[in-house]
Amino acid sequence: MNNIRVQAEDFDPGVEIAALSDRCGSIGAVASFIGLVRGDGGLTAMTLDHYPGMCEREIGAHVVEAEGRWPLMGVRIVHRVGRLTPGERIVFVGVASSHRQAAFEACEFLMDYLKTRAPFWKLEERASAQTWVEARAQDDESVRRWR
Amino acid sequence: MKLLYFAWVRQKIGTSEEELSVPASVGTVLELIELLRKRGGGYEAAFRDLKALRVAVNQKHTGFDASLAAGDEVAFFPPVTGG
Repeated sequence: MNNIRVQAEDFDPGVEIAALSDRCGSIGAVASFIGLVRGDGGLTAMTLDHYPGMCEREIGAHVVEAEGRWPLMGVRIVHRVGRLTPGERIVFVGVASSHRQAAFEACEFLMDYLKTRAPFWKLEERASAQTWVEARAQDDESVRRWR
Repeated sequence: MKLLYFAWVRQKIGTSEEELSVPASVGTVLELIELLRKRGGGYEAAFRDLKALRVAVNQKHTGFDASLAAGDEVAFFPPVTGG
């Protein structure tokens, strides 16, 4: 069963992975990705702004697309919002399938689309200033390979 | 029509959402932007460079040429940076 959440609270990766695994015995692979706040260049915190409703809708649409491309048996995505400090978890994507290749690929596909389509915005805090993160051309390149 | 602003668009305009009665002459997102620009100040600053902006109508990404109807929810924001 799929589960998509946008929340301020932290999540437990073990619980998320376990929820993908404890099924009927036909799952052979679970691939997961966890994104963390990186404390580069004196970053002290990061605040995630989002568009409630559209986030879930956009992520949900890409989960449906992933299910059309790979034989998936469960997808769990958690994306946090609000103020986070270096080392904190931002995002979890977990995918269950019968074989590893489908699980790995679908996980990457979902992360690439999440980064370029889901309406979240990062505001970085440093001692001197607050700046909105600019979209990276490299992320657009990453998503292009799936077309 | 319900207008929503996110990230620096919200900061420049100074509000996160507003209701707007749009004249019948406004039929596309671009025409709505022209109307908002005329308010000057933060609106003019937010809508100065359309290359830096994205739009969603009724929670779906679309282009500035998209047509609008009464009751639509229109959101303006910079390119997304989640994940």
